[in-house]
Amino acid sequence: MGNAWIAREISLSARIVFPNKILPYLLVAPQLAITLVFFYWPAGQALYQSMLRQDPFGLKSRFVWFANFRKVLADPAYLNSIKVTVVFSLATAIVAMVVALLLAVMAEKAVRGKGLYRTLLIWPYAVAPAIAGMLWLFLFNPSIGSLAYLLRSLGIAWDPLLNGTHAMILLVSAAAWKQISYNFLFFVAGLQAVPKTLIEAAAMDGAGETKRFWTIVFPLLAPTTFFLLVVNTVYALFDTFGIVHAVTGGGPGKTTETLVYKVYNDGFVNLILGDSAAQSVILMAIVIALTAIQFRYVERKVHYG
Amino acid sequence: MKFFGFAAGIAATLTLLSTTSAFAVTQISWWHAMTGANAEVVAKISKDFNASQSDYELVPVFKGTYPETLNAGIAAFRAGQAPDILQVFDVGTGVMMAAEGAIKPVADVMTGAGMTFDKSQYLPGIVGYYSKPDGTMLSFPYNSSSPILYYNKDIFQKAGLDANNPPKTWNEVWEAAKKIKTSGAASCGYTSTWLTWIHLENFAAWNDVPWATQQNGLAGGDVELKINAPIFVNHFKALADLAKDGTFKYGGRTSEAKQIFLAGECGIFTESSGGLGDIVKSGMNYGIGQLPYDSDAKGAPQNTTPGGASLWVFGNKSDEEYKGVAAFFAYLSKTDVQEYLHQKSGYLPVTLAAYEATKKSGFYDKNPGRETPILQMTGKSPTDNSKGVRLPNLPQVRDIQNEELEKMLAGQQTAQQALDNAVARGNAAIKEALDN
Amino acid sequence: MIGQSPLRTFIAHAVLILGILIVAFPIYYTFVASTHTLQTILKPPLPLLPGDQLLNNYSEALFGGIGRIGGVSVGRLLFNTTIMALGVAVGKIFISILSAYAIVFFRFPLRMAFFWLIFITLMLPVEVRILPTYKVMVDLGMIDTYAGLIIPLIASATATLLFRQFFMTIPGELVEAARVDGAGPWRFFFDILVPLSRTNIAALFVILFIYGWTQYLWPLLVTNSNDMNTIVIALRKMVSFADADTQWHLVMVTAMLAIVPPILVVVLMQRWFVRGLVESEK
Repeated sequence: MGNAWIAREISLSARIVFPNKILPYLLVAPQLAITLVFFYWPAGQALYQSMLRQDPFGLKSRFVWFANFRKVLADPAYLNSIKVTVVFSLATAIVAMVVALLLAVMAEKAVRGKGLYRTLLIWPYAVAPAIAGMLWLFLFNPSIGSLAYLLRSLGIAWDPLLNGTHAMILLVSAAAWKQISYNFLFFVAGLQAVPKTLIEAAAMDGAGETKRFWTIVFPLLAPTTFFLLVVNTVYALFDTFGIVHAVTGGGPGKTTETLVYKVYNDGFVNLILGDSAAQSVILMAIVIALTAIQFRYVERKVHYG
Repeated sequence: MKFFGFAAGIAATLTLLSTTSAFAVTQISWWHAMTGANAEVVAKISKDFNASQSDYELVPVFKGTYPETLNAGIAAFRAGQAPDILQVFDVGTGVMMAAEGAIKPVADVMTGAGMTFDKSQYLPGIVGYYSKPDGTMLSFPYNSSSPILYYNKDIFQKAGLDANNPPKTWNEVWEAAKKIKTSGAASCGYTSTWLTWIHLENFAAWNDVPWATQQNGLAGGDVELKINAPIFVNHFKALADLAKDGTFKYGGRTSEAKQIFLAGECGIFTESSGGLGDIVKSGMNYGIGQLPYDSDAKGAPQNTTPGGASLWVFGNKSDEEYKGVAAFFAYLSKTDVQEYLHQKSGYLPVTLAAYEATKKSGFYDKNPGRETPILQMTGKSPTDNSKGVRLPNLPQVRDIQNEELEKMLAGQQTAQQALDNAVARGNAAIKEALDN
Repeated sequence: MIGQSPLRTFIAHAVLILGILIVAFPIYYTFVASTHTLQTILKPPLPLLPGDQLLNNYSEALFGGIGRIGGVSVGRLLFNTTIMALGVAVGKIFISILSAYAIVFFRFPLRMAFFWLIFITLMLPVEVRILPTYKVMVDLGMIDTYAGLIIPLIASATATLLFRQFFMTIPGELVEAARVDGAGPWRFFFDILVPLSRTNIAALFVILFIYGWTQYLWPLLVTNSNDMNTIVIALRKMVSFADADTQWHLVMVTAMLAIVPPILVVVLMQRWFVRGLVESEK
C-alpha cells in the first residue's frame, strides 16, 4: 500500500521546480568548470593519443588513425580480459552488496550492541588502497601472508599463484571486502529511513518477517540499491586495479587480468602508450554506455517515473 | 590592517629567502625509488654531499616504486619539468637508451664539467651494462645486485646434508631439495624469487649460453629470443617435475618467495644479494653460496649480471646544473662514500677502489655473503652472452615469460611448450615495440 | 517495536560477529604487528595477540623513526594529509550539492546536457588519464600546491549522483509550501534542503574524507617537494619488498597512524549521521 503512494509522491516532486533563469547556471558552474578542465580536457588528450604511435618520451610520434584500436580489439589477450572483467565485476558487485545487505539487516535486528557492531563494521573503509595492498601481502598473499601460512600448515591445497580459479576467488574477496563497509553504511541509512509504521501495519496484517522484508523493506531500499549498484559496478570495473596489482598482478597466466589492469600495465609498466590510450578510450565508452543503460532502464524501474 | 601587514611581512621574508638561496646555490633534483633502509641511505648521502660544498643543493624526492618513478620522470619530461637526475631500474634501461634526445650521457656530463672520467676505475660488469655498444657510459650505476643462493643450515642438518657445503650445480640443488622434502626436514626443498631474472637471464649468462641474438640485445634492436634451447628446456623440465609434489614451491613473480624461506618452509632459496638484510635480521641460521650453474654447460660458471638501478641525467639543463650533477657523481664515486653505500645498503660497490678498501677493512671476513655477488660478477671477463640483456620492452617480455612459466608450473603445458610459446610471443612483442 | 524470537536475535548477533571478524580483522592484525619486535614480524606466522613492544615501537617511530626515513616530520605529514582530506571532502560536497540542486529543482535549457556531462565522469581512475592530467597541472602551475592535490580529485560525479537520488525523494509539498510562503530558492536551499540532507552530507563527508586521506598515486605525482608528502607516501617509502630491509615494526606503527584518523572520522561522524536519521524520522 505504501509503495504506490511513495512512488507517486516522488514522481510528483520531480515536476515542482523553481522558476529562475540565471541561478541554475551559477549552481552547476563550479562542478562543470572543474569537470571540463580536469576530466574532459585530459580525456580529449587521451583520445588524441589513442590515434598516435609514439615512444614514451614523445620524441617521435606518428598519427595512425584507428590502427591502435584495431590492434587492441584483435588481440586475444584483450578479448580474454573482457571475459575476466565481466566475471570479476559481477561477482564483486553481487558479493559486496549481498553481504552488506545481510549485515545491515542483522544490525537493525540486533537491538543490543547495534551501535558497536555498526562502528566496527565500517572501520575497514578507512584503510587506504595502498595500505590495503600492503596488509594484503602481510595477511593473505599466498607466499607472504600469515593466513596463507595457516592454510598451508592445515594441508589445504590452496594455490592461487598457479590455479586461476583460486586466484579469481581471492581477487573477488579482496575487492568485495573493501567495498562491504561502504555498502553497509548506505544500507543502514536506507533501512533506518523505512517508516516503522509501515512495517508494524504489515505485521498486524499477519505478514511474516521474511515477507515483510521482501514486500515492504526491499522495495523501499530500491533507490539505495540502485545507487549502490552503479557505484559498485563502476568500482569493480574501474577502481580495482590497485587490488589486482597487489593481489594477483593479473596472474597466473592472464586469468585475472581485468581491463583496467591491462590499461595500467600496458601504459604504466610496459609504456605502450598508444595501445593503452586506445584501451582507456574504449573503457570511457563502456562507462558512458553503462551509465546510459542504468539511467534509462534500471532507474525507471525504481519508481522515478 | 594588522593582518595585511603581517601577511606582507611574511611575503617579503619569503621572497628574500628564495632570492638569496637562488643566488647562492643551484638546486639539483634527484627523483628516486629507494625505500626502507635504502631511503635512509639516500637521505644521508644527499645531506653529506650538501654539507661537503656550498655551490649546489641536492634535493632527493621519493617518487614511488620503480615503474612509478619512471612514469613520473616521463610525465615531467613531457610537461617540460624533468628533474636533473632520475633513478631508473634495470629493465627500464632499454627505454632510456632509446630516448636519445631526452637524456644526456653521464660520460658527457662529466667531461663537459671539466672532470676527468676514467671508466676503468669502475667494476666492468656493472659499467658495461649501462654503456652504449661503443663504450660510452650512459647512466651512473647507483644500486646493483646479483642473484645468489641462500640456505637454511638448521634444515640442512635435519635432512642430513652438509651444512657447510651448499649445492654448487642445479643437479645438486634438485637432489638436496628432494632430500629435504623426503626426510621431512621441511615441507619444501627449494624456492626462488624472480624466475625470469634468475632462471632465464642470469641462467644464460652464468652458463655462457645466449638468451637472445645480438648479444642479448646489447648490440642492436633486431633481437630474437633463444630461451627454448635444450639447456633451458631441461632446466625447466626439472623444475616443473619438482613443482608437482611441492619439492619446488613457486612464490610469485617478484620477491614474495623470500617470506617462504624466512618462515622456514623451504631449505634452499635463490634471490638477489640485496635480499640479505631481511634474512640477517630474522635471526635465521643461514648460509650463502654462489648461484648454482648447469653441470652440462661448458663455460659454466661464467659471470652473473647486475640487477638494480642507475641514475640518468636529463637533457636541456643549464651548465650550472650539469656541473652540480657531475660534482655529485664525483662525490658518489669517492671510496668512502661507495664503502658506506655498499656496507650499509647491501648493494655492490661501483668502484674497484671501494671494493679493495672494503676487503682490506675485514668487512667480508665478518660478512662473507657480501663478497659472493662481486666474485660472481668479476670472476671472468664477460662474453657476448653475459653482459646482461637489453630490450626496449623488457618488462613486457618478462610478463610473457612469467605467464608461460606459470602455466607450466600449474601442469597445463610442458617445459618445451612453455618456452616455445614464450619465444614466439616474446619475439612478436619485440617486433611490435621496434615498429613503434 | 515488533517482538522477535530469541533464536532470531541470536542468529543476528552471530552473523554480525562473524562479519566483524572477517571485515575488521586486518586492522586488528596491523595493530598486533605494531606491538611486536622486528624479529617476530620477520618470522611468519605472526602471533594473534599483541606483543610487549607497544611503547618501544610507537616512541621510536614518532620520535625520529618516521622522520628519518620519510625526510619530513610526522606532524607535517599528518597536517598535509588532513588538509588534503578536508579539502576533498568539503570541496566535493560543496560543488555537488549545488549542481544536484540545480538539476533537480530547476528547469533550464541545456539541463540534460549538463546532467550528462557531469554523470559521464562517474569514475575514471587517475592512472588511466595520468599523463594528460599531469600536463594540465603543470600548465596551470599547480605542482606542489594544496589546490593541485585537491581540485582534480573532486572532479567526479558520485556525490552529485547521491544528492540527486536523495533530492528526488523530497516530497513536492515541501517545495510548494516554500513557494507559497514566498521563500526564494536560496531560503529553500538553506532552511529546508541542507538540514534535510544532513545525513547524506555526513555520510559523504566520511567517504570523501577517507578518499582524500588515502590517496597515493596522485599526491606522489603532483608534489616534488618532500614537505608536501602525505602519510601514505611516507608509509610506502618505508616499505621495501625487494632489496632493502624494512623496519616492519615502524611501518606497522605508521600504518596505524594512517588508519586511525580516518577511523575516528568514521566513528565520530557516524554519531551525527545516525542522529540525523533518527531526528528526521519524527
